[in-house]
This record gives sequence, C-alpha cells and structure tokens, in this order.
Amino acid sequence: MKTARVVFGGAVHEAFEVPGEPDRLRLADGRVVSEAQVMWLAPFEPRTIFALALNYADHAQELAAKSSAEQGSFLQAQRSEPVVFLKGANSVVGHRGLTRRPADGEFMHYECELAVVIGREGQRIARARAMDFVRGYTVANDYAIRNFLEPYYRPNLRVKSRDGGTALGPWLVDRDDIADPMDLALRTELNGRVVQEGHTGDMIHDVASLIEYLSSFMTLSPGDVILTGTPKGSVDVQPGDEVVCEVQGVGRLLNTLVADWG
Amino acid sequence: MSFFPTRTVVGAMFEFQGVWQALEPVMAQPPHHRPPVHPVLYIKPANTWCRAGDAVLLPPEVEEVEVGATLGISFARTASRVSEAQALDFVAGYAIVNDVTVPHQALLRPPMKQKCRDGFCPIGPWVPAEQILDPNDLEIRAYVNGELRQRSHTRDLRRNVARLIADVSEFMSLAPGDLLLIGVAEQPARARPGDAMAIEIDGIGRLENPVQRESAAQQEAA
Repeated sequence: MKTARVVFGGAVHEAFEVPGEPDRLRLADGRVVSEAQVMWLAPFEPRTIFALALNYADHAQELAAKSSAEQGSFLQAQRSEPVVFLKGANSVVGHRGLTRRPADGEFMHYECELAVVIGREGQRIARARAMDFVRGYTVANDYAIRNFLEPYYRPNLRVKSRDGGTALGPWLVDRDDIADPMDLALRTELNGRVVQEGHTGDMIHDVASLIEYLSSFMTLSPGDVILTGTPKGSVDVQPGDEVVCEVQGVGRLLNTLVADWG
Repeated sequence: MSFFPTRTVVGAMFEFQGVWQALEPVMAQPPHHRPPVHPVLYIKPANTWCRAGDAVLLPPEVEEVEVGATLGISFARTASRVSEAQALDFVAGYAIVNDVTVPHQALLRPPMKQKCRDGFCPIGPWVPAEQILDPNDLEIRAYVNGELRQRSHTRDLRRNVARLIADVSEFMSLAPGDLLLIGVAEQPARARPGDAMAIEIDGIGRLENPVQRESAAQQEAA
C-alpha cells in the first residue's frame, strides 16, 4: 500500500491512491479529491533524518575528480565505514514543494535517493534481521550547494540542513510492496531532460548494512529515515527549474526551485 | 512550561575562544587547510535526549566521555533569517544541557559515534528568557563527583548568543521545539562509569547525571 499526507480543506489527512486514477486521491475519511486540490506534505513525520555521503562509487569519483587530490583518501575511508550525517526537521518539504536557491549559491544540485523509513525500534540489529525493522520507502531529493561546503563535520549543515532543502515523497510505500530495494532504478529529470541515472544495486553500503551500522551505536525508532545516497549526475539548478526524482516503484517526486528573497 | 525539545537539537562546535585557539594549528593542516567561516554545527538526535538523573550508559567500546557543559536556547517563535538585533526576541528560555561526547580528534566528518549515542544529551532544568538578564554573562561549571573540573563563561563566545542565533537562522529556521546549543568550552571534564556528572549555570540551576557501564543484561535486551 501507498500512503501520503496531504493538506485538504485546512486539515492534514492521510491519503491513498485511487486505482486507475492517478490524478485523484482518497482521503482517510473516504472523500475522493483531485490531486490539484491538495498540498503534499512529507508522507510521514520524520524523527531522526540520516543521510549518506558518497554511498555510490560513481558519485564519489565524480566529486573527487572535481576537487583536490586529497579527496581520494575519503573515498577509501567511505568503503570501510559509511559517512553519515543528520538533518534537522526544518529541512523537510513535501512533493510539489518549493526549494530556495540562495543568491550566493554557485553550484546547487539535486540528489535523487531511496529513503528507507524505520517502523520498529531496535538496537544492535543484525544485518540478516535488518529488513524486519523497515516500514517502507519513499523518494528523497537531498539538495546540496557545493560552494557552501566547509571541511568541518562535513557535509556541514549549511549545505545539507537548509530550510526546505530535503524533499520527501510523494508516497510512503510499504516495505513488502518492494520486492528488492537493492534492485531499483533511480532517475532525475531536470525540466524533462534526464540528468541523473543510477541503480540502488550500486550502493557501497546496502540498506541492511546501513541499518546494522547505525543501530550498532544508536537506537533506531519508528519515523527515523535513512537517505541512502545518490549516484553520479550533478547539474546546477536555477530558479524556475523543475526537478523530478524517481525511484522505480516508489514514486516520482517533483520539486521546483525558487529564487532567493529579501 | 517545558522546553524539552520535540524537533531538532543543534549544537555549535567552535564558539568558545579557547576551543578556537586550541584548534587553530589543526585548522591550517589537511584536510581542513583553513578555518571555518560559518558556525560548525552538529545535531544531537532524539535518541540522545534524556532528563536530569537519567544514567548515561557507556557501551563496552567507550571508556570515558567528556562532560559537555553547555547552554541550550529554546524558541518561542520561529526565528528565520533574523538579525542579531532581533534574535533574542525569539528566545523562549534557556536550559542546561550536557552534550556528552566521546573524546575525538578528527573534525572532518560528523561526530555520529561521538555525540549521537543513546542518552548522550541530558537536558534541564530550564528557565524562561526573562529570568536571564544577559545570556552573554553566564558562568557554566562542570563537576565530576562533586569536584569542580571546568569553569567557562559565555562572555568568551566568538559569536554572542544573538549573533549565533542570527547566523544559524540564516539557513536553518529555529522554531518552538528546537534547542540551539552554544557548544562546550575547551578542556572539558571527563567522566567514567561510576562517576557523577553535574553542570551548574547561575540563574538556571543544576543538572546531575550518573555515568554507568551498560550492563550485559541491557545489551542482551537490545
């Protein structure tokens, strides 16, 4: 099953697909409404938001090629231990949301990612049991602004925890509806042109390993979400651009860039 | 009124002059090469939050921790892209926070294993903002087993409290339910299993938490 959270008529509703009618939603109270009538929120209320840096080898190489020689060493480090960072609640925006491109951003890019939502509390979860703790999946667009990177606790929050810089949605898809999360195509379209393509099978640390790793030193709880990293294909985005991040079988997440203000 | 967080707890790493001075030589070296321009921030996630009196449990791989004596700022209204002059108008109150941290040298990557373990962020007590005459004139004291081990003062911040709120709110709105930590001064006290940690801030109160070794039973239950 797929569920969404939408605003309709001044209230937040849980919403569901209407079979055969992709432009309509069924609210939990039974009303069927047009998609154009609702505002999409993130499909669940995130608790701790984890994200992975450099979890696809091709993206890591792409960044290293653009940066200093030293970055080769962090590629190696990444293989031995995942590079994890956290995001604040301020960063979340839903499907069809707006994300600000700051005036002093020089290179801002989308990152299409499979997001894994935790459904059950657990610590020291063995890899073999890890998927028992998953509630489902959604799509994430984990925007970054490369010229805001500073080499302290990197990627720093000014890059990765900006207001509205993390789009989630449209749907939370139940775990059992996805046969194998490690066999999904990822794709980003910028104004209808394909600019990023990848496959979850190319993750350096797969979903089960990430759950095992994080739960080895902290308790995971329902609502925690792991943004599993992005493959290569970073293109600068500008105000007015429409970005669609798609994860096969999970959803198509639209976001529009808006100009800075004030 | 409770200022216990419900959203995001975010801390600033380099704000005390003494911390900055101690790390200046490191900042010039690889992989950093240059000092940070913007506040260096980290998040204390929900699994770390706990209350006065709660035991901070250390797993087998953690020998000792730093007592992270710091001030937490909570918000009455959403501070988004606010100026330094306006910033304190958004503050609901101030809390004592123990930003418990596993000692570490490396600053390149977010301190997940160092700062994000369960129970590593005791919070409380707190007072409404109007009870604090000047948040930049507070002494913070850390004790281990009753002995004074660290004394710091908020006048030694590189960015004063209002400036820090302004700089963070430039990209990260600070809302009711959030807590902004000003960071921990240089040479924090260290504590081991069996020790009692305490933090005092004048005008706010005292926060006490014991440090205990995580038992085999607790690990098994996990």
